[in-house]
Amino acid sequence: MYGYGGQILRINLSNGQVTKEPTPPDVAREFVGGRGFGIYFLTKEVPPKADPLGEQNKLIISSGPFSGLLIPGAGKCDWTTKAPLTGGYASASMGGHFTAEMKYAGLDSIILEGISPKPVYLLIDDNKIELRDASHLWGKGSIAVEKMLKDQYGEEFQVAAIGPGGENCVSFAHINHDYGRQAGRGGVGAVMGAKKVKAIVLRGTQSISVADPEGYRKAGMELFKACKEAEMLKEWSSYGTTIVVSWCDEVGALPTRNFQAGSFEDGKNLYGPVMRQKIVITDKGCFGCPSPCGKYSRVQRYDTYVEGPEYETIGMIGSNLGLSSIEDVAHANYLCDEWGIDTISAGGVIAWAMECYEKGIFTKADTDGLELKFGNAEAVFKLIEKIAKKEGIGALLAEGVKRAAQKVGKGSEKWAIHVKGMEQSAYATHNATAMLLAYMTCDVGAHHNRAWAITYDLQVGRERVAPEKVARVIWLQHFRPMFDVLGGCRLQWVELGIDRNLYLPALEAITGVHRTWEDLELVGERIWNLARLYWMREIDGFDRSWDLPAPRFYEEPPASGATKGQITRFEDVQKLLDMYYEQRGWTPQGHPTPQTLERLGLQSFVN
Amino acid sequence: MMRLYADSSKCTGCRACLVACSLNLFKENNPKKAALVIEAHFPAPGTYKVRVCTQCGKCAEVCPTGAIKLNERGAYYVDMAECNLCEACVPECPEEVMFVRTELADTSWKCDLCGDCVSVCGTGVLWIAETETVVA
Repeated sequence: MYGYGGQILRINLSNGQVTKEPTPPDVAREFVGGRGFGIYFLTKEVPPKADPLGEQNKLIISSGPFSGLLIPGAGKCDWTTKAPLTGGYASASMGGHFTAEMKYAGLDSIILEGISPKPVYLLIDDNKIELRDASHLWGKGSIAVEKMLKDQYGEEFQVAAIGPGGENCVSFAHINHDYGRQAGRGGVGAVMGAKKVKAIVLRGTQSISVADPEGYRKAGMELFKACKEAEMLKEWSSYGTTIVVSWCDEVGALPTRNFQAGSFEDGKNLYGPVMRQKIVITDKGCFGCPSPCGKYSRVQRYDTYVEGPEYETIGMIGSNLGLSSIEDVAHANYLCDEWGIDTISAGGVIAWAMECYEKGIFTKADTDGLELKFGNAEAVFKLIEKIAKKEGIGALLAEGVKRAAQKVGKGSEKWAIHVKGMEQSAYATHNATAMLLAYMTCDVGAHHNRAWAITYDLQVGRERVAPEKVARVIWLQHFRPMFDVLGGCRLQWVELGIDRNLYLPALEAITGVHRTWEDLELVGERIWNLARLYWMREIDGFDRSWDLPAPRFYEEPPASGATKGQITRFEDVQKLLDMYYEQRGWTPQGHPTPQTLERLGLQSFVN
Repeated sequence: MMRLYADSSKCTGCRACLVACSLNLFKENNPKKAALVIEAHFPAPGTYKVRVCTQCGKCAEVCPTGAIKLNERGAYYVDMAECNLCEACVPECPEEVMFVRTELADTSWKCDLCGDCVSVCGTGVLWIAETETVVA
């Protein structure tokens, strides 16, 4: 198959067996690649009700047809598994160079199965595939391990590694790669840790064949030209995702003190230009990216290096914890990366704990003596380590905010800011109905990247509850994740505003298959519905209550900031869901109807 | 004489240039078969270094078969049919961008100044200009 690596690699960790099989053409046709392959293999191969940390769960790592080719930002890698954080579907998108290397090794997916009897790392050097002893790496930080393995194998090898958080199966442990790119959300790192795989070391030296080499080169060059001519290129490349910190602060979308407000009085200290001036030393790009959002920083105060912080980390570890120094936020980012936990979930669960402390539910007896007040950076640093080690209060927080709040009770569930058990990422949604709906219905829990609708809210009236807003969210949920299917990056389209139609001749020249965006959006809808079926299969009684947001957004108007006194009424929350289900062809309980499944060719996945 | 220049401080390590290079040289997608090098120095000091061919011609001087020739752009290129893989050129290259890797290709390769790397670089790392004349 043109444009593909051509093979699926399976590693049975329980018995050490390594097998390869051709990538099934019908799966490539229906699910294309990346997260499409992920949900397909997850649904087909992991038995219902499997323990996310048990032998039956699988970790499915997939590239897409764009990965590794002359396409702007062709460096996105999908990590799909049953999520330890939520008990449902996890699909984490990781940038960097790993996915390109997979393709050069001839691999479309790597599927890790079973559990290794002892710590190992997986070495893939083209066709040489081995499990090697990792006892000397176990317990070490993910950045340190990447450095050790790069020193050992050389610059041509790509490394993805877990930190102690993954080893200890923290429910939001991540996988770190390229010194600062992560498969971040849902606990994919905990699954890797449960399987006793410390790292994957990968090199591929094979060429990737495309269907129409000349057409492909021309279309690829056109895409790069469009990026380079884009008006936003310089500004975007200077600040990356931190470009939105000031805007979010101004419009009340910057999460502040556990989403109690959407504007932060010290927010200006965290804005992109401040960060660039104070700590950024190098712009860092994923594979083939002409518009690098990666900002590599040095924090002199702590003598640490870190990629970031990105907007999400600034929001969740910065304003959401009341931290007002970009150096403190960057250092906490470094600690999360090295210890191997997701900054977004870490920020969410620590903010919840701080609110518990400030409300008197926690005392120092509960917090291992830490003064868990908003703004206490030292306490944040210590908590990150405690979470990764599951030590003291860290053991509670390592479960994620939903389970922690269920255990503690005393009303703290009200300020556990999550959907489906996943901590909400860094957009305060007191009065932004499209973004709120995007979080409510996101297929992995409260994550922003499927439908980033916050600017749209501001454009069309943030409080409006209307069918066209719902339709926009649904369209985004199909369109944006297509880039995770194709193994590329959406940001050239989102941020540079290049014409999305430029991708189509490239995709056709690569794969030899003619596809329109309507065709691709149908694939997106198929994946979306299959993920929904997965939740229904895994969670008994999965219904519309699972799509409700944190009560804070319909019960507690912020006392300050741009959204002071503003809120989304609960009846509007319900109305949004009604419209969403109707437009999707789902029942009032949020289940795809038989007609919808038939239209999408998903009947065989039921029963 | 023209040559390729690189400002390493602007490099983001994306490697688009390497893919474009292999596409031109070999008509293949394979950054391992590119004629320029990006070194990544991480986690500290957190910088990239780009090594490019300066068209100094030392490779051509030592090539026993005369396989390294000047093209219409005034750049030295490898006539792949005439390369005998003797590797005499490799240690002569001051920038270490003269390549022989028999597991990847049955010819040596180097930059022929096609300029495709410049076309895809989004941050202005690379450009082609007259070779600076240094007076001793």
